[in-house]
Amino acid sequence: MELSKATFWGYKRQNGRVGVRNHVVILPVDDLSNAATQAVENNIKGTLALPHPYGRLQFGADLDLHFRTLIGTGSNPNVAAVVVICIEEEWAKKVADGIRATGKPVAHFGIEQHGDHDTIMRASKAAREFLQMASELRREERPLKDLWVSTKCGESDTTSGIGSNPCVGNAFDKLYPQGVTLVFGETTELTGGEHLVAARCRNDEVRKKFQFVFDRYQDVIKRHKTNDLTDSQPTKGNIAGGLTTIEEKALGNIQKIGRKCLVDGVLDKAETPTGPGLWFMDSSSAAAEMVTLCAAAGYVVHFFPTGQGNVIGNPILPVIKLCANPRTVRTMPEHIDVDVSGITRKELNMDQAGDKLLECMFRTANGRLTAAEALGHREFVLTRLYESA
Amino acid sequence: MIHFVVHEEGDGVGVVVVEGVRAGQHLNGWIMEDDKDVEVVARNDIPIGHKLALKDYREGDTVIKYGVDIGKVVKPIAKGEHLHVHNVKTKRW
Repeated sequence: MELSKATFWGYKRQNGRVGVRNHVVILPVDDLSNAATQAVENNIKGTLALPHPYGRLQFGADLDLHFRTLIGTGSNPNVAAVVVICIEEEWAKKVADGIRATGKPVAHFGIEQHGDHDTIMRASKAAREFLQMASELRREERPLKDLWVSTKCGESDTTSGIGSNPCVGNAFDKLYPQGVTLVFGETTELTGGEHLVAARCRNDEVRKKFQFVFDRYQDVIKRHKTNDLTDSQPTKGNIAGGLTTIEEKALGNIQKIGRKCLVDGVLDKAETPTGPGLWFMDSSSAAAEMVTLCAAAGYVVHFFPTGQGNVIGNPILPVIKLCANPRTVRTMPEHIDVDVSGITRKELNMDQAGDKLLECMFRTANGRLTAAEALGHREFVLTRLYESA
Repeated sequence: MIHFVVHEEGDGVGVVVVEGVRAGQHLNGWIMEDDKDVEVVARNDIPIGHKLALKDYREGDTVIKYGVDIGKVVKPIAKGEHLHVHNVKTKRW
């Protein structure tokens, strides 16, 4: 596929970033505000509430990550405007101010001393104005390099390493030279293949940073594990799909970064990259956590290879699912956007499979809903690091 | 028809990519990296996605897939036998 002059149709935001969706988000800062945000979503049709279970009494790095994830989610260019609600007005303002730095319209409301009724009324008025404003925004033609693409695989099996993951790798190898901003992560799911990722790091500085976050996560596992993780990594679904060890799973996983891309930098969870290239995000391997972190880092399209059939979506980040397992494609077709099962029948080579995924990427970027969007999958899952204070 | 695939020449396992493989069945394999053919007789029924041994293994041997170590053999495995969590374990964790 010739990509040097490729374009897509997206929404250019005030800060120059380009989105492929146009959501008006009603964002709770804490668990107590979920009810109010969902009431606003119900009042103002077409807005999107993002309920989640966490909030106050986090501290230190955990609290920083909480704010970074919420501010990053609101700042994502797939979001046109945001209404922030918190039990405490001060924290609502903190998150709103973080999002306002992008230049997009933001309003914030505190519930204390107002109650749900008054808060819902005030927030609904703001949400109605934002929704009508957003409905008049138009897509414009943008160069491919304005697209930020993330990847994470899930409910993998052996066909992931054979077909769907190397298909993403093929697509990444084609996007990388065009100046696209890419990311992968899943720190623990590189176990057994970490030396291959280290070898792909652009320089010693990046390699050292990668090795540091990899070793740190291994220490977390060693500190908390009660067995060889046979109940968790690989998952029961991975094992049912034929994956035997974490090493085998990791080697399949790593196929997603292709054969040519270099790892240009290492990101903390939900951290926004500072330039184009392939970034490694130190992250959980749990699907919804990692995809939520990618959305918070500013990615606008996601490649999600699956083997046994993970059904994940995200509220603001379109998740494109691809699968190389013919049985999964047959039994769960409503979840699969790109069928690459022809690879094991020699009906499709990897170059053709990569092009098929890129074609779906352009259609999705231009507005076509993914299977997960059509099915209403809106998994918004915040990563927690430790206990509350 | 391709019944199983092998990532690289030298790998000790193949992955069954069709449904309904039965014990005693003659299987055609495809080594993807080198685009070569290989043949094995299955010793067990093997589900789609699961692996079969391409050689005989003794306890303590290392299993190679993608040209890399994927774990250790904990029970002897014969060529053509189902190779999975009952006879191979991680060397990490």
